[in-house]
Amino acid sequence: MAGERRSVTFWILAVFFGLFVLFLYGPLSAILILSFQGPSGGLTFPLNGISLHWFRNLTEQQAVGDFGGSFRRSFTLGLMVMVVTVVISLLAGLAFRRRFVGATPLFYLAVASLVVPSIIISLGIGVMFQQVGIRPSWYGSAFGAHLTWTLPFGVLIMFAVFNRFSPAYEEAARDLGASPWQTFRHVLLPMIAPMLVGVGLFGFTLSYDEFARSLMTAGTYNTLPLEIYGMTTNVTTPVLYALGTVTTLFSFLVISLTLGVIVWLGRRRARG
Amino acid sequence: MAIAVEQPAASPARPAGARLVSVLGRLAAYLQAAPLALILGVFLLAPILMIVAVSFWDYDFARLYPDFVLTNYAETLGSWVTWRTYLNTLKYAAIVWALTLFIGFWVAYFLAFHVRTATMQMVLFLVCTVPFLTSNIIRMISWIPVLGRNGLVNATLIEMGLVSTPVEWLLYSDFAVVLAMVHLYTLFMVTPIFNTLMRIDRALIEAARDAGANGWQVLSNVVLPLAKPGMAIGTIFVVTLVMADFITVQVMSGGQSASVALMMRNQMSLLQYPAAAANAVVLLVLVLLMVAGILRVVDIRKEL
Repeated sequence: MAGERRSVTFWILAVFFGLFVLFLYGPLSAILILSFQGPSGGLTFPLNGISLHWFRNLTEQQAVGDFGGSFRRSFTLGLMVMVVTVVISLLAGLAFRRRFVGATPLFYLAVASLVVPSIIISLGIGVMFQQVGIRPSWYGSAFGAHLTWTLPFGVLIMFAVFNRFSPAYEEAARDLGASPWQTFRHVLLPMIAPMLVGVGLFGFTLSYDEFARSLMTAGTYNTLPLEIYGMTTNVTTPVLYALGTVTTLFSFLVISLTLGVIVWLGRRRARG
Repeated sequence: MAIAVEQPAASPARPAGARLVSVLGRLAAYLQAAPLALILGVFLLAPILMIVAVSFWDYDFARLYPDFVLTNYAETLGSWVTWRTYLNTLKYAAIVWALTLFIGFWVAYFLAFHVRTATMQMVLFLVCTVPFLTSNIIRMISWIPVLGRNGLVNATLIEMGLVSTPVEWLLYSDFAVVLAMVHLYTLFMVTPIFNTLMRIDRALIEAARDAGANGWQVLSNVVLPLAKPGMAIGTIFVVTLVMADFITVQVMSGGQSASVALMMRNQMSLLQYPAAAANAVVLLVLVLLMVAGILRVVDIRKEL
């Protein structure tokens, strides 16, 4: 970085970028601080003392609805969506490397899945289940609804990965006598593993935070975003912020763990 | 498309064993694509067909009656409330699109051309990405203590003596809706534009400089035209997200503004599914037409 002076444009853009980051994180930090509001404090600044009162309030079921249960459901659903998204995206990515009848329609169906308004998916699945006579549930209809949002991301990422992937590695493995399974397991998989972890992160977080697609599909038991949404309309205490802080910290934890795994995979590969 | 290039094994000059491998390979492709096709078929195609069917059904307060009536469409398209709601939604889409495109381009441009080390680029990009992976509803709520009547902005303005009474239009207004949407959706613009900018051959920019172009000319004649595909993909994301939005409109306008999806949501909570379905079909056609229009500018398969 030594030498060459930064231009005026750089500094203008750097300030612009800084403001953008402030815009992204500023409000979030406001609720983070306000969640430590004293017991008599309200929804806005100033802080009336500092306490963990609202975090304690969260654990009392009757006060704010079923936070624990909805968290467990969203967490499980996120893991289910994550595993299925990774496996199916990887398989579809492999399929798209070959020519097959229907490849183009399937690709555009995946793109369509990304652009169809989420509330339409919610309504469609809800009405369909109702007419067929299956009760909607978070592990059934909502699971499928979430997949229509996470799969296109996964498929497009795998598509991009394989577009840049040189077949030379696999050809070399084949020439050395590796079976197709060995080539996949020992050559291809280690190379794309970090991207798969990234797809998994997308699958989990998109599902964990999904609201619109759960709306008519979650059935009797709420997922966490539905619970939070319910709170926005009838809770007027900082307990809402405490919940926001807890879920946001949880998201940060998941993101850092995933990045840790990606870095670890990269190091392990570099060591050979 | 690079990936569809025929594998050498498929050439007829190869012996029978290789041909068998090729046939198995083709079969494998179908098996590998089947789960995706199955899930999208059951949870995307079938529900949409269901909505199209239900939009022609009759209903009363208790249940739906399979039928073929056009009343749902007639009621939807015949009401001036619908037209005003569509116009309002398109207004949000246009404003949010313009703002996210402007912000997204400059953020991506800074990351791609002004940050010098790859590590720093990655770190700053992640800083932009992380909020996207947290709850949208929480991010929306987080504006309340900032913009509210007694919020940070109003407190500051009063303290500075700029206003004597709190500014009322900061929260629960169109301004708040647009602000929250820009907050939620700008990343969808940053990522694809950043992706295309990173793939611009730096030699092109040097060549332009050598040929005597100034910074502005390099930007308008080299960078901007090459960034168009990224902008188009970002536009698809932002426009479809805004057109589908109901929760931001509901929470941030405090129930004072409407969007098409919010109108659908209200019909759904009144169990008027056929009416909501008719609305869904109209909205879907509109969104798909918009996407098709944008896709004329860009071939996404090439951009991945």
